[in-house]
Amino acid sequence: MKQRSYLALEDITVEFPTKKGVFCALDKINLSLEKGEFVSLIGHSGCGKSTLLNVVAGLVKPSRGVVFLNDQVVDAPGVDRAVVFQDHSLLPWLTVEENVCLAVDKTAKDKNKAERKDWVLHNLDLVQMAHAANKRPGELSGGMKQRVGIARAIAMQPRVLLMDEPFGALDALTRAALQDVVMDLQARLNNTVLMITHDVDEAVLLSDRVIMMTNGPAARIGEDLSVNIPRPRARLAAMDLPEYAEARHAVVRFLHERYRNPTTLAA
Amino acid sequence: MSSPSPLQNESRKAGASAPASPVTGATVVPYPEDAIKRRQLPPLPAPMRAWEERLRAIAANVLPTTLMLIALFGFWQMLCSSPDATFPSPLKVWQDSNELIMHPFTGVTVDFKGVHVSEEGVVGIAGHIVTSLKRVLMGYSIAAVLGIALGILVGQSIFAYRALDPLFQVLRTVPPLAWLPISLAIFQQAQPSTIFLIFITAIWPVILNTAAGVQTMPAAYVNVGKVLQLNPIEYFTKIMLPATVPHMFTGLRIGVGMSWLAIVAAEMVQGGTGIGFFIWDSYNSSLLTDTIVALIWIGLVGFALDRIVAFIGRKVARTA
Repeated sequence: MKQRSYLALEDITVEFPTKKGVFCALDKINLSLEKGEFVSLIGHSGCGKSTLLNVVAGLVKPSRGVVFLNDQVVDAPGVDRAVVFQDHSLLPWLTVEENVCLAVDKTAKDKNKAERKDWVLHNLDLVQMAHAANKRPGELSGGMKQRVGIARAIAMQPRVLLMDEPFGALDALTRAALQDVVMDLQARLNNTVLMITHDVDEAVLLSDRVIMMTNGPAARIGEDLSVNIPRPRARLAAMDLPEYAEARHAVVRFLHERYRNPTTLAA
Repeated sequence: MSSPSPLQNESRKAGASAPASPVTGATVVPYPEDAIKRRQLPPLPAPMRAWEERLRAIAANVLPTTLMLIALFGFWQMLCSSPDATFPSPLKVWQDSNELIMHPFTGVTVDFKGVHVSEEGVVGIAGHIVTSLKRVLMGYSIAAVLGIALGILVGQSIFAYRALDPLFQVLRTVPPLAWLPISLAIFQQAQPSTIFLIFITAIWPVILNTAAGVQTMPAAYVNVGKVLQLNPIEYFTKIMLPATVPHMFTGLRIGVGMSWLAIVAAEMVQGGTGIGFFIWDSYNSSLLTDTIVALIWIGLVGFALDRIVAFIGRKVARTA
């Protein structure tokens, strides 16, 4: 039998019952991630990217198909799959430190209190947010909140890091700064990451592979593109490489030629 | 932002030696020395002393209220100063009810067991207020505990919501005093039936607001709980309770206000003791000035109750 990948999605189909009948969101998705791989999912709105991520997170149960992580079946949410939500999802009544600590308390049960606190601060430091440890999310800017959201996720030391349009709500410059943070973390920690994005440059710059999804209903994987830019990557240097331009071109062509935005097609 | 990776350093060095941008047609605009100087802020004027600043802030807040009160009393005095006015002027209230205004605490004693109101002899207006407050406190406490519990139940379970919500929606529209006959029939005595009346008045806004708080809890918080695999107790204390506390206290605030409204009406009907009875009694004795003093007390105490519950709400929301 073939060796299964670290994270393996096998024939994932998701259907929702609606008034007009069964709506098929995802149709037999097969996707494999190796350990340490950074994979982006890109596609137009409504193509089921988030649903697919939620299936891996265990928040949505697939109608058919199985997700394997480290050869174990995934069928419920768990701390081995940390999620960075688009809306950061920090709890506003806790401080930054307490928010991260809540996650650490559930994942580092072997550590004592002082060690946990150190670990929390270490992770906040990785995203340059240690200075705001005692602030509440309401006092932070959107970019800072998302940094904390990332810190909370990596502090859990998950097997897979799931990011659901992590920078979607941020302005372009803040987004670039956070992409640099993620690249930096990826270089240090070598996480296995599955990220959803709408942004072609973001997908190309950050990923080892870009998975392009067809338009829904019954969305499938349309293209699987390897991005062969050497790591560590830097924004300016990478942009000048021919590999960057090629990958970017391929993704743009997919999104705007092969599978155009369904709403503009209808119009 | 992030610490520069090796490649980034290289690109910077490369950029320093060669023309920075491969794009042709861009003109580099120099940044002059005197512009750098202008980036520094000029020194601030001498800072105001802390107490002076504080005083100004207080004055700015208090002054409008004070002016309004002066205007209100002046207007009232003008309207009611003629000898054949049916309504007493503020000065007349001051003269006729002077004893009541100046000695509110007659018959009230405080010891380590609590506040006691004498059951015989003359009782000051604060005594009547205390009697009423004790009833409100009892009925309201039961309503708060039961209301929050029921609200969480109804908010969490769709079955419980469908079963109970119609009942709540109908019962909450029943005016407090309409419960009095039923309450008297059940309890036979004045004290417990008044407490029941307060309870039945205050519980609906607590239930409905708590339920709404649980129902409208952002899915994001629920997902955080799921991803972190919080157990039901942790989920309740760390996510659901803090997330619904603001809604809960909205309900508790409305509830305490309604209790205070209901207690006065109930005591007016039922008689015996309490601030509601005091109003009815003073009206029957043609002491309209006493009624006016009682009205002001009721308003101030009601205001204080609302602020106290709001204050507790803010404290709880912060520590939860």
